[in-house]
Amino acid sequence: MSHDHDHDNELDPFAARVRALETILTRKGLIDPAAIDVIVDTYETKIGPRNGARVVAKAWNDPAYADWLKRDATAAIESLSYTGRQGEHMQAVFNTGDTHNLVVCTLCSCYPWSVLGLPPVWYKAPPYRSRAVIDPRGVLEEFGLTLPAATKIRVWDSTAELRYLVVPMRPGGTEGWSEEQLADLVSRDAMIGTALAKGPA
Amino acid sequence: MNGPQDLGGQMGFGPVAPEKDEPYFHAAWERRALGVTLCAGAMGAWNIDESRHARESLHPADYYSSSYYQIWIKALETLLKRHGFVSERDLAAGEAIDAAAIPKRVLKAENVPAVLAKGGPCDRPVASPARFKAGQQVRTKNFNPTGHTRLPRYARGKLGRIEAVRDGFVFPDTNAHGRGENPQWVYTVVFDGTEIWGEGADPTLVVSIDAWESYLEPA
Repeated sequence: MSHDHDHDNELDPFAARVRALETILTRKGLIDPAAIDVIVDTYETKIGPRNGARVVAKAWNDPAYADWLKRDATAAIESLSYTGRQGEHMQAVFNTGDTHNLVVCTLCSCYPWSVLGLPPVWYKAPPYRSRAVIDPRGVLEEFGLTLPAATKIRVWDSTAELRYLVVPMRPGGTEGWSEEQLADLVSRDAMIGTALAKGPA
Repeated sequence: MNGPQDLGGQMGFGPVAPEKDEPYFHAAWERRALGVTLCAGAMGAWNIDESRHARESLHPADYYSSSYYQIWIKALETLLKRHGFVSERDLAAGEAIDAAAIPKRVLKAENVPAVLAKGGPCDRPVASPARFKAGQQVRTKNFNPTGHTRLPRYARGKLGRIEAVRDGFVFPDTNAHGRGENPQWVYTVVFDGTEIWGEGADPTLVVSIDAWESYLEPA
């Protein structure tokens, strides 16, 4: 492993603990450190929220695809070659004019890795997991999103192996845009439900 | 189990702290923690439910004061010891001292893309027909098992409605403890916020969970 620069002295003992564990497992021939490099590279550079943004953009632009995504998200997403770990069983949930969807895993950190990449720290941490189901409006306000009082909130607690992708509403003024342009408007948070799609600049 | 992981509706953890342009990893060791955990899991000695149970079995004070990858590593050490891959002496010395159990497989770098792309589907055929259908009223069971379960405390003993019948899925409550996959039908069950949280609940709120069939009774 290259020089370990933690930016946080408090974590040094833990960095040593992880390094020792990796060393023990490597010496015993149980793990291949080069496999770890490939895993990290995959999630740092290849699999991320851009995958999900392309799914959303395609759904905005192609009603037949949107319908397929609604009926069988796993297959519709697989058709774009986004498959694999923590995306084996997908469900797309569509925001509408009167209902806003929000995804949480109160029990751990279930998250659709294949379309959003690795989850952010806040998604895995107690404040979000504890409050998303009881005070979703308060949580959304901490993300800078204030919904109209009449907007219904549907919270999806990811308690089984289904992984959820929120399809935000398409912003106005984007008629005729390409899927690449549309994908730029779709943030990771919009696909968790803690933000809306961005409008045209 | 009623462990520290079951967070829905708990109070006192403070505001959510979104981080602008958050990096995937906040320290170099977190990269290795992710990779070591996935590689060790690929040995095939335990399943995802057993690893979730190992995490939720940490002492609550330890769980709440650990970062998420710290929780992963602490649970991983437990799993590795339980299945004979590392010993207390190995961990104390930080070196490989004792012999290890033979793994089913070792994940090699060249196989990582295929293994990640394949994932670990946990849908399974169920021999019996689904007991409930969409639109039906159900009540979640009120239980407090000491082992692993995926029915959160806030959603126990509550009146809900079946919104969708999903596939058959591996049953975590037994699979976490080496008692077999025992697949069951899974349903998306919706509850009104007022049913769960009572007085003062957001009147527009609807919460859903995905529940295994044995968590539910006809209402």
